[in-house]
Amino acid sequence: MKEKPKIAIFKFTGCAGCQLEFLHLEDVFLDLFELFDISYWMMIKRDNDERQWDISLVEGGISTPEEIEEIKQIRKKSKFLVAFGDCAIGGCIPSIRNWIPQMESEKQVYPDPSSIHSTKVLGIGEYVKVDESLKGCPPHRDTILELLKSALLKIRPRLRQHPVCVECKFKDNACLITSKKIACMGPVISAGCGAICPTLGRECEGCFGPMSNPNAAALADIFRSIGLSEEDIKRKFRKYAGMDPEFRKEAGQ
Amino acid sequence: MVEKTIAVNYLARVEGRGALNFKIEKDGKIENLQFRIYEPPRFFESFLIGRKYTELMELTSRICGICPVAHQITTLRAVENALGIKPSSQTKDLRKLLTISAHIQSNVLSMYFLSLPDLMGYESIIPMTKDHLEIVKRGLKLKKLGNDITDLIGGRAVHPVTAVINGFTALPSKNKLDVIKKRLKEAKQDTFDTVDLFSQLEIPDFKRKCEHMAISDAKEYAINEGRFKSTEGLDIDERDYRDYIFEKQRYYSTALHSYVKKRDSFMVGPLPRVNINFNQLSDDAKESVKRSGVKFPNFNPFVSHLARSIELIHDIDECIGIIDRNPIKEETNEFVCKSGFGAAITEAPRGSLYHSYSLDINGIVKSADIVPPTAHNTYNVEKDLYQFIPQIDHLPIDEIKLKCEMLIRAYDPCISCSSH
Repeated sequence: MKEKPKIAIFKFTGCAGCQLEFLHLEDVFLDLFELFDISYWMMIKRDNDERQWDISLVEGGISTPEEIEEIKQIRKKSKFLVAFGDCAIGGCIPSIRNWIPQMESEKQVYPDPSSIHSTKVLGIGEYVKVDESLKGCPPHRDTILELLKSALLKIRPRLRQHPVCVECKFKDNACLITSKKIACMGPVISAGCGAICPTLGRECEGCFGPMSNPNAAALADIFRSIGLSEEDIKRKFRKYAGMDPEFRKEAGQ
Repeated sequence: MVEKTIAVNYLARVEGRGALNFKIEKDGKIENLQFRIYEPPRFFESFLIGRKYTELMELTSRICGICPVAHQITTLRAVENALGIKPSSQTKDLRKLLTISAHIQSNVLSMYFLSLPDLMGYESIIPMTKDHLEIVKRGLKLKKLGNDITDLIGGRAVHPVTAVINGFTALPSKNKLDVIKKRLKEAKQDTFDTVDLFSQLEIPDFKRKCEHMAISDAKEYAINEGRFKSTEGLDIDERDYRDYIFEKQRYYSTALHSYVKKRDSFMVGPLPRVNINFNQLSDDAKESVKRSGVKFPNFNPFVSHLARSIELIHDIDECIGIIDRNPIKEETNEFVCKSGFGAAITEAPRGSLYHSYSLDINGIVKSADIVPPTAHNTYNVEKDLYQFIPQIDHLPIDEIKLKCEMLIRAYDPCISCSSH
């Protein structure tokens, strides 16, 4: 039998939710062991193979000098490197602190910040080449499967580039912005979640990050017209992907 | 005895990044013991300042991917306490269902995936599929049940979305709840089998009488609300937490160490919960304790696994009870914003979790204070190790390493939480 592709899962600055979403593939979990050699996964395994990997899923942003060194080493040993979730793509929620002077954050939490050596939180793409990105906080299980299946078939995964609005249309959801004047981020946010929030009676907050080529300025104008303050708008964009060039202006440079 | 240096540079089968270092001198003395949490901190308590009260649950959810529900519910309760909001009994019940579903998921993950391989002599659950497929399948099935309930009530398993201040944005349908109820009933046997499994597996004979803490309520097995109590007589309201619990920084750990004022370290988690709230467990859960032959209160941290399995039975019973007594009805969800301070303690899967916030007149956060269960426990883990190591210091280095790792894993540390 052909050798199974080796998978590695790594955690950097984040919450482990993306790994958990991988673990929540309970229905096909045993099949995954048949198809892949899960050779490095610290949260699940005690014996981990550190030589090289076919697919490396990297969760979490980069926020210490040690992590910069580590992600470079992982890149060298990985054939296909995936930014697994919003933290690895652009820092996600923890990147909100990038607008605060680092020393101020450290003093807020630690009586003696001298033993803390954190930097701004950035995506792994700031330091290494990334072969594919799985958007989401966390990415949807189906997207993870799509990536793994494509890897087996040696084809490019089909990942969505369109906005959440398209998924709302599929679900017949009334538009929250036009019908209720609720500040929904859907028009600029990547689909992939199945429009969970609008379907469940609340606005999209943007946890899948920017879609391809969004018009953030136009949405910010709509938010102004329905009564949001400049501070409110900043908070909306400075959340899951404030560091992204597409949202940077609305997030407050 | 020869001198031994123990270094576990990256603890396996725990969430997040931690390490353990110590040295055993020739005379058996333990030197430089450090449970080294080196997970990069994310400074939540800094960047939450300036954020709006309505988005807080969404933000604090991201402290942890395993226990997002615990952070959401604690945040919501703290904010509601600040605003003087009293949620309806239906909201409280549905929140409880959500919290328990996350307990099922997380505790099954800890028992079957993270610690069972130690107790059965495997490196992970992956090779166990060859020899013990039925056990692995049972773990997956129970974990999926927990996730599916979180999915149903919260919209998705990791970082659910429906729980908001004073209610939910969407309610589960009766049909879907009935399907879940059927699956809960079917899962009952699996939970009994889980208790049997964990009461038969050999664990180290170790005991350390330390202060155990959990929230407690005379009427029910406390999970989202209760007075904060301990086995040493602490009995306080959640708003007074900071008068009694303090933290100190250790240069080798990004998680702060908690201790009780004028006393010492303490333990939170499933074992303290079962010890303190034994009387409020469901009948079947109590019955299973009898069958296991293990006596409570119990001060062997390795009994935490069994405590998780006992809670699992109780959790299933509680979920069925909540579904039975709630004909779900639409409720209004109105509230007014005002300034104030609010604190809340809930039981996350790994133990007591504290959040507090000060809000200004517009609901903007002025200060935030968060102490997750693993931050509560880290100092106590070190204290345990100091007493445990002399029992095993004659063993080969690899064995000592494994046994110490097992002790740490019995706490099921969530390291990302601890260094939020």
